[in-house]
Amino acid sequence: MTDSVVRVRGVDKVFGIGADKTPALQSIDLEIPKGAFVSLIGPSGCGKSTLLRLIGDLTQPSAGTIEVNGKTAHRARVDRDYGMVFQAPVLFDWRTVQGNVELPLEVSAKDRAGRADRARAMLALVELSGFERRYPWQLSGGMQQRVAIARALSFEPAILLMDEPFGALDEMTRERLNLELLRIWKQTGTTTVFVTHSIPEAVFLSTHVAVMSARPGRILEVIPVDLPQPRNDLTREDERYFGFIKRVRERLRGRDVVRPGAAEVAAS
Amino acid sequence: MTKRIGRYLPAALVFVGVLGLWELAVRAFGIQQFLLPPPSSIAAAFVEHFDELMTVGRNTLVEAVGGLVIGGVAALVVAFAIARWASASRALLPFAIAANSVPIIAFAPIMNNWFGILNPLSKMMVVAVLVFFPIMINTLRGLTLVDQASLELMRSYAASERAIFAKVRVPNALPYIFTALKVSATLSLIGAIVAEYFGGARSVLGQFIITEAAFFRFANAWAAIVVASAVSIAFFLIILAIERVAIPWHASARIVDSS
Repeated sequence: MTDSVVRVRGVDKVFGIGADKTPALQSIDLEIPKGAFVSLIGPSGCGKSTLLRLIGDLTQPSAGTIEVNGKTAHRARVDRDYGMVFQAPVLFDWRTVQGNVELPLEVSAKDRAGRADRARAMLALVELSGFERRYPWQLSGGMQQRVAIARALSFEPAILLMDEPFGALDEMTRERLNLELLRIWKQTGTTTVFVTHSIPEAVFLSTHVAVMSARPGRILEVIPVDLPQPRNDLTREDERYFGFIKRVRERLRGRDVVRPGAAEVAAS
Repeated sequence: MTKRIGRYLPAALVFVGVLGLWELAVRAFGIQQFLLPPPSSIAAAFVEHFDELMTVGRNTLVEAVGGLVIGGVAALVVAFAIARWASASRALLPFAIAANSVPIIAFAPIMNNWFGILNPLSKMMVVAVLVFFPIMINTLRGLTLVDQASLELMRSYAASERAIFAKVRVPNALPYIFTALKVSATLSLIGAIVAEYFGGARSVLGQFIITEAAFFRFANAWAAIVVASAVSIAFFLIILAIERVAIPWHASARIVDSS
């Protein structure tokens, strides 16, 4: 595939040294095509967040290579190709909503004049117009996470990396934000990598679901989810939607009997 | 407005009640003036020596503020250096911690010797040394106790160390710095007055209290103590007001509508 934005090849990640060595990830291969929405799903400790952090150059692989837009992950980070959204919104208390969204633009010293307009446009994108002058603590958890998304997209990164962004939210807020995220993804076309431990969330959002196993973390299978776009509340009642959920669940459960090489066979 | 009065009413009643009991006790048990003068005598002394009390109060306040500025600036510089450069931390932190264990007030006679017993600078230096540590260590804490996720976020933007310092560490430290300043406001006045006990110009609170006590004019000494307390409280409130304006986003200043 030549149009891959992210190319992970033979990546291992080992934490600790000597006797305390814990393998977190083992022989990871992953290709993420441009414009895709890829979810990483697996049990706790399967290294899905670690894989995301490796792609984002927040930690380094013990072996293997990671290429992003044809560059090293480090180069991509320095070129500001990544927009990150964490489980916690990580907004700065001392900045207004507007100021928080402008932060990455300030850091990159880019577009000084258009900064405020750009931030306002991003806030409009996440439907938070009118909240520019509020402070983060004046917003609900869901709204705070929307600010974090606006901030991550403000500088038009090539890739959006999301680490369980809705994990701390209630089910209703989460479903609404899922819809919103899909709309934003459609609108911006940003390649997205999304870590979650919710099977329905992964299936609903993704074009591809990478199912992972724990200890050591491996990718068991990448399941393409070809549910029709745009997805909406009806998708959640679609027969095939439940089919994909069932398939991901079975794959997660059967992780002990399936050898890594057998993934393609099971996928077809 | 009535709500406000209602809020402060209990405290005001206690205050008046205590003064009343004090007055009554002194009269009823015939307590000697030099042991405990009644509030009425203190009030009379206050009125009689008002001009002088204001002068000595102001002179001592100048020493306290001057010392706080000198010590505070030094503390901020050291804390910033330590937080910014690991080598500075290794070189300076042990001394800063060791210096904190020294009973600083013991230096007062030395400072008098160095800077001149009548020079307010000798008192300022005692105050400066006294407030240095709490301000330095709190600032350092604020600069270094930064949410790990905030640092990762900045790293994901490929932010420079300098940008991380300016946009994350310094704002994060501001509440810590104000906490230290509020503590130091009180501390600086204690430092100044105690340093004055070791000798100084006549027109300062410490010397005024010593002299009046030596001549058994205890009501005057008590009036000076009232002034010292008022100055200390005022100093604290001023810093509190600056804090409210400087960091309105901080949790301590958030306006919660629960009335």
